[in-house]
Amino acid sequence: MAFLQTRAELYQTIRLFFAEKNVLEVETPVLSAAASCDLNLESFSTMCVADQLMYLQTSPEFAMKRLLAAGSGSIYQIAKSFRQSERGRFHNPEFTLLEWYRVGFSLPDLMEEMVELLMLCFGQNLAFRTVTYQQIVQQLTGLNPHRATLSELMEYAANQGHPEAVTICDGKLSNGLDYVFSQYVQPKLKKEIVYFVTDYPECMAMLSKLSGTQPVTANRFEVYFNNVELANGYEELTDAVEQKKRFQDELTERQQVGLANVPMDENLLAALAHGLPDCSGVALGLDRLLMLMTDAKSIDEVLTFPIDRA
Amino acid sequence: MATYSTNDFKSGLKIMLDNAPCTIVENEFVRPGKGPAFSRVRIRNLKTGRVIDRTFKSGETVDAADVIEKEMSYLYNDGEFWHFMDDETFEQVSGDATAVGDAAKWIKDQDKCTVTLWNGEPILVAAPNFVELEVTDTDPGLKGDTSGGGGKPATLETGAVVRIPLFVQIGEMIKVDTRTGEYSARVKS
Repeated sequence: MAFLQTRAELYQTIRLFFAEKNVLEVETPVLSAAASCDLNLESFSTMCVADQLMYLQTSPEFAMKRLLAAGSGSIYQIAKSFRQSERGRFHNPEFTLLEWYRVGFSLPDLMEEMVELLMLCFGQNLAFRTVTYQQIVQQLTGLNPHRATLSELMEYAANQGHPEAVTICDGKLSNGLDYVFSQYVQPKLKKEIVYFVTDYPECMAMLSKLSGTQPVTANRFEVYFNNVELANGYEELTDAVEQKKRFQDELTERQQVGLANVPMDENLLAALAHGLPDCSGVALGLDRLLMLMTDAKSIDEVLTFPIDRA
Repeated sequence: MATYSTNDFKSGLKIMLDNAPCTIVENEFVRPGKGPAFSRVRIRNLKTGRVIDRTFKSGETVDAADVIEKEMSYLYNDGEFWHFMDDETFEQVSGDATAVGDAAKWIKDQDKCTVTLWNGEPILVAAPNFVELEVTDTDPGLKGDTSGGGGKPATLETGAVVRIPLFVQIGEMIKVDTRTGEYSARVKS
């Protein structure tokens, strides 16, 4: 029962943290008529009223951006999120995200705030290190993630004893990069250091802005601690046209690999067209954070009732 | 043939991989960043004992291996095959030197062994953790302290050679831990 106490205290810490910074706590619908188009995210769907299929959010991102466009100012939310077919030591199909958006923040500003929050949660000084995606990948594998082709990545995986990587990556460069990162980089990170990995390859931009530099990189960061992926942040893409294009590309790819078509979020696109203020946002997995705070071996240890007993 | 999807993966599951029966030692679900979901699996080849790491796309299926483990009594060795019997059904099976492996040097008739059967054929034999065997040869001249120290080599009735304390003599029974191949105790007759 100790973990109940820890979770309650963590939520209090978070709420106090943001209250002091005048970041508003919000609540947005968990059910939406639109879904994430992301190839690697599988939304739960349900029939809400007759014939209308609705989707459980995979994160509160879209709804929160609509609030930002409506002029909410900086906001945060502790939100239940749902992803089908994700179950393991670090995954439960229903999980809790802390997601927050800071109007006018650059990505480094947001990373600094993340450092502050993490130190508060762990109640101690932590060692932080910021590295670019290229630095860390090149250091640990010798591969240049901005230049490598999918076949070069797959050749590397094969040489490491995993020729089957090809079937997992579905001919997609970003999948190949993710595979190599999670197989050969993430497990080799130093456990005691909190890593901020920044400047992702362009093909991994997701919902983030692109840099004006060469090579073009995505203004995105991920946080890794104790070899666990803890958070994912973006300098948010504000361009409605570009966002729509990315959604459409994803839908085309879904069709190519035989995945179900899902409705893209027109409300989000309308909000972006209306005008999303320049902002940065990040999602932090609270169940994983609790795991690290309590030295839990499995996410089940910090959930009241894991999916098999829900 | 039965198949398993990656969702069924858990340690102890017996699957076919590269035409060999294997057992899953460890299974971890991985979903990197925004990337593809897969399972990172440690697998032991039951025939060779080799452990490898493999990854499987989420939802991928593999054939189940018809592998069972059974307690069986060792009967005899005919020079080529070792014969075992199921004490309940009296069914007999025989395994070659590859299957019996190291267990061959520890077992004698009536010992209860754990036999791994693939499609009904033994592929792996584990001797009992402890066996009691007679010392058939050792240097009788060496006497001395009883606290161990270096000890001396001894040949046992099955032909196995282990190090025993100096005070143990030919004809005595000793208990051996087959997992380490080390002398464990003298058995009082």
